Amino acid sequence: MGIHRGHQARPVEWLAEKFIFFVSLSAILMVLLIFLFVAREALPVFFGQTNTALVQKPIPPDEMDKHSPAELQAYLELTPDEFAKTERKTLRALMDVKLEAQDDIPEDFRNDPDARINTTEWKYLLQSHQWNGYDKPEYIWQPVGQIKKFNIIPLFVGTLKVTLIGLLFAVPLAVGAAIYVSQLARPRLRETLKPAIELLSGIPSVVVGFFALIVMATVLQSLFHYQTRLNAFVAGLALGFAVIPVIFSIAEDALTSVPRTYTQAALALGASRWQTAWQIVLPAALPGVFAATVLGFGRAIGETMIVLMVCSASVMSWSIFDSARSITTTIAAEMAEAVNGGPHYRILFLLGALLFGATFVSNMIGDFVIHRFKQKLEGKR
Amino acid sequence: MAETLIPKIATPATTLTAAKTGTPLIEIENLSLYYGAAKALKDISLKLEEKVVTAFIGPSGCGKSTLLRCLNRMNDLIDNVRIDGAIKIGSHDIYAANVDVIELRKRVGMVFQKSNPFPKSIYENVAYGLRLHGFQSKSELDGTVEQSLRNAALWDEVKDRLHSSALGLSGGQQQRLCIARAIAIKPEIILMDEPASALDPIATTRIEELILELKKDFTIVIVTHNMQQAARISNYTAFFYIGELVEFDVTAKIFTNPAKKQTEDYVTGRFG
Amino acid sequence: MSKVQSRHFRAEKFDFWSFFFSGLTGLATLFILGILATILLNIIVNGWSAISWHFVSTIPKKDFFDANTTGVLPMIVGTSFRVIVMTIFVIPVGVITAIYLTEYAPNTSIITRIIRAAVNNLAGVPSIVFGLFGLGFFINFAGKNLDLLLHNANAVWGQPALIWASLTLAVMTLPVVIVATEESLKAIPPGLREASLALGATKLETILRIVLPQALPGIMTGGILAVSRAAGEVAPILFTGVAYYMASLPAHLSDQFMDLGYHVFVLSTQSPNIEQTRPILYATVLVLLLLTFALNFVAILIRARVRKKLRALG
Repeated sequence: MGIHRGHQARPVEWLAEKFIFFVSLSAILMVLLIFLFVAREALPVFFGQTNTALVQKPIPPDEMDKHSPAELQAYLELTPDEFAKTERKTLRALMDVKLEAQDDIPEDFRNDPDARINTTEWKYLLQSHQWNGYDKPEYIWQPVGQIKKFNIIPLFVGTLKVTLIGLLFAVPLAVGAAIYVSQLARPRLRETLKPAIELLSGIPSVVVGFFALIVMATVLQSLFHYQTRLNAFVAGLALGFAVIPVIFSIAEDALTSVPRTYTQAALALGASRWQTAWQIVLPAALPGVFAATVLGFGRAIGETMIVLMVCSASVMSWSIFDSARSITTTIAAEMAEAVNGGPHYRILFLLGALLFGATFVSNMIGDFVIHRFKQKLEGKR
Repeated sequence: MAETLIPKIATPATTLTAAKTGTPLIEIENLSLYYGAAKALKDISLKLEEKVVTAFIGPSGCGKSTLLRCLNRMNDLIDNVRIDGAIKIGSHDIYAANVDVIELRKRVGMVFQKSNPFPKSIYENVAYGLRLHGFQSKSELDGTVEQSLRNAALWDEVKDRLHSSALGLSGGQQQRLCIARAIAIKPEIILMDEPASALDPIATTRIEELILELKKDFTIVIVTHNMQQAARISNYTAFFYIGELVEFDVTAKIFTNPAKKQTEDYVTGRFG
Repeated sequence: MSKVQSRHFRAEKFDFWSFFFSGLTGLATLFILGILATILLNIIVNGWSAISWHFVSTIPKKDFFDANTTGVLPMIVGTSFRVIVMTIFVIPVGVITAIYLTEYAPNTSIITRIIRAAVNNLAGVPSIVFGLFGLGFFINFAGKNLDLLLHNANAVWGQPALIWASLTLAVMTLPVVIVATEESLKAIPPGLREASLALGATKLETILRIVLPQALPGIMTGGILAVSRAAGEVAPILFTGVAYYMASLPAHLSDQFMDLGYHVFVLSTQSPNIEQTRPILYATVLVLLLLTFALNFVAILIRARVRKKLRALG
């Protein structure tokens, strides 16, 4: 019959299959690259290789050999790579420059203990510190000026504050709408409502930010009479707009995927539509609603433009009517002025890596919960 | 027409057992098939003759479709399927390592339970396989398409709308189009997986007439649920039950004087 | 008998909680729609009066806050360019990945699960992190090394550029294309693939001649969704290619560009006199919205069709 030709006879087919396989790995590659390259730029902070101390104990070039290469590298603010590539002569010249630079430090700072602090140490990134001129320890993010303060706690507080306001506003609305659309609305109404609400996700976040800044901020201030026009409350509400469609879509999907047999059984026993939705469908879909909230949280902490446009002063305050500065906002606003490769630049990347980690975890949790939920509905568990 | 309604029984010349007369084209030797750990076919041995119609019958889940799909290795497409034993077609082991499955499927055509014309024109449906196998010239294609449609008894109904969508045809026409598509590339064997189960009685009759016509040129293996159909069109019948071959013999014998009690119960409608 | 009948026909008892909660969820729905309508109406009403042919066809002078002379042509061009370049990269990669996942990948294999997890995660990465990635990988790594190789370390590629912004967006929208394509591939009846394979077609031939033509609407939806998502994104391009002002249109992949979304940001936060800028701000927002919404709308229409098909099969 002549069927003996074997797969070697089709090299194109074989090549195409391999090609398709390798291209499909690009999603994995991208996630790895994102992690790698964001982390790479942040690593020096991690390992204490950055030094922002204004006044450093100078090392005279002649004493070069008395110090370990690691010390020298940190002292000269070089990356290990750069340090390895630089010749001894150049290193010596750099040390001269460093020594001269110490002479240029303004007189005021010579005796300021703060000027001797490396503010990129973990201690100063995370704990409060009583800076010169302050009467108590404080958490301060102030990346400009002679003594740069990089305490990231205010940014965490700002992010959480805005995110929680957004979620408190968005979750009830989105879940309520999901219940209405999936359980109570007539099919035809449902077919119109669902895409209409999802249309909200089509509005770019810069437009939501613009609307919050130009319209909402004024209206809300005249309603609530608070001091600062642009504050965490306005930003949080605007953020809510952005996450409503995310939470709605996932929650609606979860509610719809509850088998119809459940609802029909309840309706046949004489339960009203509402009772069925509240007592049967919602409990069954609860993991999905939870996942929707978690994924909404991930989306909210990653949202940049809205918070950037509405409030950006970094103050350490839990009051919702004060301004707040989120992690994303900080990265977006300050990257342009940060020196490429400098401590500020590295800390911004560190923030990015933390953000990536946080959303990675919340996505994993959300997806895991949804996966379990679907399997349970299909009776696989 | 009337002839086809009477159960067509094999001619006396072939009333001996299958293996002893004509040349066996397909030899199935100790074939077992597993879906993961579950054994779906159990140690089946069977020899099928050239240019006759063989019917596989049996209750749902007996493995008759699975066995059919082994013959052109369509089961390869399912994950987790493992096969023991051998199937030889014209003395070539089709599960040997160096077999080109593509070439095999070109020679062992298939018609499915649910008609599945491509969402293309009638002409393009038939020409699809031809183009795959290197036919390019228009006159050659035209000729083969017409001949295939004629052989599938569809030409007269579609000759004026060859270039309109195949999805506009009726169910029976679609199934005959699928047959035309299968025979266009001139396979040696045609596998039919319940080809008429979704059709009305008139369309079914036409398909059956077609099968009787086609057996002049092709070896046909048909899976059917319908025992009258097996009796009407096949020369040999194999009865399967839960993955095992219970009985294989000349159709007339299976339906009138089966050797096994199980077969008798099934063909007389006591179970299944 | 009559008693039973009358009970049967008695109107349902008024159930306060049922009424209350149904009303509450209905109100939530209405409120969301209200927000949507308010935003859209506010922008359309205020923007429509400020938009003009002159506005969309003019390259502005350095001071683009002046309502009388300004225009948004470079921003329209810039935004369009970056999404077009993005599409060229993301569609092939996304479609091929989806083909692998639906047509080739064994469902149970670990590699398939890792790919799916990666796609899901990619979809959840914050847009600003994509911006950092673009800066760290494309500009500081790929671009700088290209310059070392090709341009004696002169900064040509190792700085923000149209190509890097587009590639960053391509990475960001990859999941959108994959998911949409996968959905449409799954909607194709398996019988068609079987028919083709049973005729002796190879897998590749089946995919190219039967599967892909059928999946085309789904692929288009994916592309449109990706484009509409990318068109309004600002955060990923902040450090990878957008310019505050450029006197000419971008002509080369290594050029920077102006962008509609970024321009909205600039106009609303950097204006010396917000009252004077307001009309052009609204007009710019309207142009951006028209662009993204038109695309979204088309995508939703196509997707509804594909879904219907999928449901008919299930």
